[in-house]
Amino acid sequence: MSEELYRVEGLRLSLPDLNRKPLWGPAPRNEILKGLDFGIAKGEIIGIVGGSGSGKSTLGRCLVRLLEPTAGRLLFEGQDITHLNDAALRPLRRRFQMIFQDPMSSLNPRHRVGQLIAAPLRLHGVADVRGRVAEALDLVGFPQDMASRYPHEMSGGQRQRVGIARAIALRPDFILADEIVSGLDVSSQAQVLNLLERLVKELGLTLAFISHDLSVIRRLCSRIMVLYQGEIIEASDTAALFGQPRAAYTRELLDAIPLPDPDQVWA
Amino acid sequence: MADARSLVKRRAGPRLWLSAGWIGLVVLAAVFAPLIAPQDPLAQDLFLGRMPPFWMAGAEPGYWLGTDSLGRDVLSRIIFGARIALSVALVAGGITCILGAGLGLMAGYMRGWVDTVISRFIDIWMAFPPVLFSILLIAVMGPGLISIIVAIVVIDWTRFARVIRAEAMGQGVMDYVASARVVGRGRISTMLTEILPNVLPTIVVLLTLEMGIAVIIEAILSFVNLSIPTDDPTWGGMISEGRISINQAWWVLVFPLIALFLTVLAFSQLGEGLKNRYDPVLR
Amino acid sequence: MTYLELKGLSARITRQNHPLLRSVSLSVAPGEVRGLVGESGAGKSMIGKAVLGILPKAVEVTGGEILLGGEDLQRLSDKDRRHRIGQTCALIPQDPLTALNPSRRIAPQITDRLVDILGWERARAVARAEELLDEVRIQDPARVMRAYPHELSGGMRQRILIASAFAAAPKLIVADEPTTALDVTVQKQILKLIRDMQARHGTALLFVTHDLGIVSKVCNRLSVLYGGMVVEDNDVPGFFAGPRHAYSRALLAATPKYTDPSASLTPVPDQVIADVRAEIDAFDRERAHV
Repeated sequence: MSEELYRVEGLRLSLPDLNRKPLWGPAPRNEILKGLDFGIAKGEIIGIVGGSGSGKSTLGRCLVRLLEPTAGRLLFEGQDITHLNDAALRPLRRRFQMIFQDPMSSLNPRHRVGQLIAAPLRLHGVADVRGRVAEALDLVGFPQDMASRYPHEMSGGQRQRVGIARAIALRPDFILADEIVSGLDVSSQAQVLNLLERLVKELGLTLAFISHDLSVIRRLCSRIMVLYQGEIIEASDTAALFGQPRAAYTRELLDAIPLPDPDQVWA
Repeated sequence: MADARSLVKRRAGPRLWLSAGWIGLVVLAAVFAPLIAPQDPLAQDLFLGRMPPFWMAGAEPGYWLGTDSLGRDVLSRIIFGARIALSVALVAGGITCILGAGLGLMAGYMRGWVDTVISRFIDIWMAFPPVLFSILLIAVMGPGLISIIVAIVVIDWTRFARVIRAEAMGQGVMDYVASARVVGRGRISTMLTEILPNVLPTIVVLLTLEMGIAVIIEAILSFVNLSIPTDDPTWGGMISEGRISINQAWWVLVFPLIALFLTVLAFSQLGEGLKNRYDPVLR
Repeated sequence: MTYLELKGLSARITRQNHPLLRSVSLSVAPGEVRGLVGESGAGKSMIGKAVLGILPKAVEVTGGEILLGGEDLQRLSDKDRRHRIGQTCALIPQDPLTALNPSRRIAPQITDRLVDILGWERARAVARAEELLDEVRIQDPARVMRAYPHELSGGMRQRILIASAFAAAPKLIVADEPTTALDVTVQKQILKLIRDMQARHGTALLFVTHDLGIVSKVCNRLSVLYGGMVVEDNDVPGFFAGPRHAYSRALLAATPKYTDPSASLTPVPDQVIADVRAEIDAFDRERAHV
C-alpha cells in the first residue's frame, strides 16, 4: 500500500438536536458519525456512497475541517488536524479543497467567474494570480472570456466546471467532491466526470467522491466505501463491490438503480 | 443551457430616471439655494402677505408660488427647506444604516453569543414606544438638527438590524460561505467579501426607504414644533404654519406638502430602481 | 382512444421571440404512461405545466391545441378551464418537502380538494383519504392524517402526495420528476407505487423525467425533447432497442450503466448538438415564413 494522505481513527460526530431542545439545559445530541476508521492513500480516488442520513456529507465536511469531529482522530499526512483552529488550519487549507453539490449556491452569485477563481489565490498570497486563473480556466476547457461571466449566466455543467477550476487553481493535494453531478443532466454528468478523471491523472490529485448514486461513480473510483446511518458497512475495490457486494444494503442500492433497459427485472 | 434569467433584458426604466431626477433636483436646490432662490426666505413683507401663486389673479411677479401670511416667498422657503430635509435624510439615514446593518450583519453571520446579545438588545430596544422615546430625547437634548438626527438613528436602527440579520442568516448557510472557509478565509473577511455583497441590495433599498422616513420624521417633529427652533425654513414647519391659513392661502400648505411627498416617494423608488438595475442577480 | 392530446403546442417567453415549446404534438391514452424526457431547459416540465394550466406568468402559449377528453382547453374561459382541469387532472410534484404546507395537518391537505372542488361531504372525503393512504401502503393512516409534514420522511410525504393525486379519481396525472429529491432505494419503491396505482386506476399518466433508466421502468411510450421540440416519439421497447433520432441515441449512450464498470462515459457529442440545433433553426425559419 502506498503512502497515506488521510488516516481516520474512530471518527465520531454528533450535533445538538435543536428540535428536541428542552426549555432549559442542553439539547440532546444526534449521533451522525459513529466511529469511522479508514485511510485514503495518495493518488487514490475513493467513492463514499450512502443514502440520505448516512452521514456521507458530514464525513466529507470533517475531512476538509468545515466541521470539527466530536471524538476520534483525523490525520492529514500524519499531522493531527482533528481540533486545529482556523488560524492553525489556514496554511493547510490550500492543500485540501472541496467542490460542492450545488454550484448555484457554492458560487457567490455576485462575483464573476474570474474573481471566484482568483479570490482563494489572492488569499494565499500566490504570485501571478492572473496566470493561475488563466491556467485553471484552461484546464477545465473554458475559453478565457468565461472569466467575465456571472454564475447565473452559465449552464449547470459549466458552473460545476467553475467549481472545479476554483478547487484546482490552488494546486491542492486532495479534493473532496460532494455530490457534484447529482443536479446535472446525464450528458453534463459525463463531461464533468471525464474532466475530473483527466485532471486527477494530470495533476496527481487524491480525490474523495461523495455520491448517492453508485452508477455514476463506478468508473471514476478505484475503491468504494458504503455508509449507512453513520457507519461504514462495506469498503472494497470497485470491481469487487459491483461483482459481489457483501452487505445487503449495498446489494439493495445496486438493485435500485434504474438501468436504461426495459428488460431489467425490478423486484 | 443558460439560465433563462439571463435572457431577460434590464433597463433603467422610468422609475429610476424619474426618482433620480427629482432627487437630483432637490440636491441642486439644496446646494445652490442662495443662488437660485428668487427671494430671501426669511424676508418678511406684510404688504405682500398671502399672495397667490403665479397663475392666479393678484399674483405678485417674482413670487412664483405665492407668499405666506408674513409675506415670505413660499418657493424660496421650499428651496431652503430642502437643505434641512436632505441633510437629515443623508446623515440620519447613513448613520442608521451603518449602525443597524453592521450589527445585523454581525448577529446574522456570527450567530452564537454575538447574535444572542444583539438580538436581545434589539428586542428590548423595540419595546420602547418610539414617538414617546424621541420626544423624551429631544426634551433632554433640546430641539435642534442634531437631536432630530439622533432621535431618528436611535429609533430606526433596529429596523435595519432585524432585516439584515435575517438576510445574513440566510446567506450564511449557503455553500459559497463554506467554500470561502475551505480556502481559509477568516470570519470577518468572509463576512465582508461573501455575505455583504449579497445583502447590499437589501441595504440599499432599506437605506433609501430610511432616507424617506427621515424626511418624514423631521417634518413631523417640525410640525409639532420640536425641530429647528429658529426661523430656518423646514418643510414640516411650513406645513404646520400653512395649516392655520388653509382657507385663505392653501398654497402655503400644499406646495411644501408636494415637495415632501415627491421626495419621500422618490427615495423609495430610487432604492427599488437601483436594485433592479444594478443587482447582477435578479430575484 | 386518447385522453390527452397535444396538437402543435407552442409557447414562448411573453413578448419575446424566444420559443420554449416548438409545435409539440403527443397523446396519452387512459392506462398509458407517456414519458417526457430531455435535458434541463428542453421544455419537458413546461408541457406538464401547460396541460395543467399552471404556466408561469412570463410564459404564453402561442399556438396549438390541448385536447382533454376531446375538448380544446384553449377555447374555454379561464374559469371553465380551471374547473375542468381541477375535476379531471392531478399533479404529483417534484419536491415532496415543499409541496405540503408545513403548518397544516395532512388530513385537510388531502381532503380540501375533494370537498371544495368536487363537493364531497367532509366525512366521505376523510374516509376516502384514509383508504388511499392505506392503498399507498402507509401504516396507520389515521395517525398520519393527524400528523404535520415535518414529522414524516421524504418518502412518506411523496406517498401522501401520490395518494392525494389519486384521491379524486383523476383521468390524467402529471408527474413532474417525482423522485429526484429521493434516495435511490426510496425512488424504486415510489416508482413502483406510482406504476401500480396508475395501472389499477387506469389513469393516463404524463411522466416528466430526465432519466432514461426511469423511463424504461415506468413508461409505455416516450417523447424525447430538445429545445422545446419533440425529436422522437416512440414506444419504450422500440426506443431502447434502437432510438431513431441521433440525439436520442446520444442521450441513451450518455446514461450510465453500472453493469460494465469499464465502459467510458460519453457525453452527447458536440456534433449531435449542432445538428439538432440546426434542425431547430430550420424549424424556426419555416415558421417565420408561414
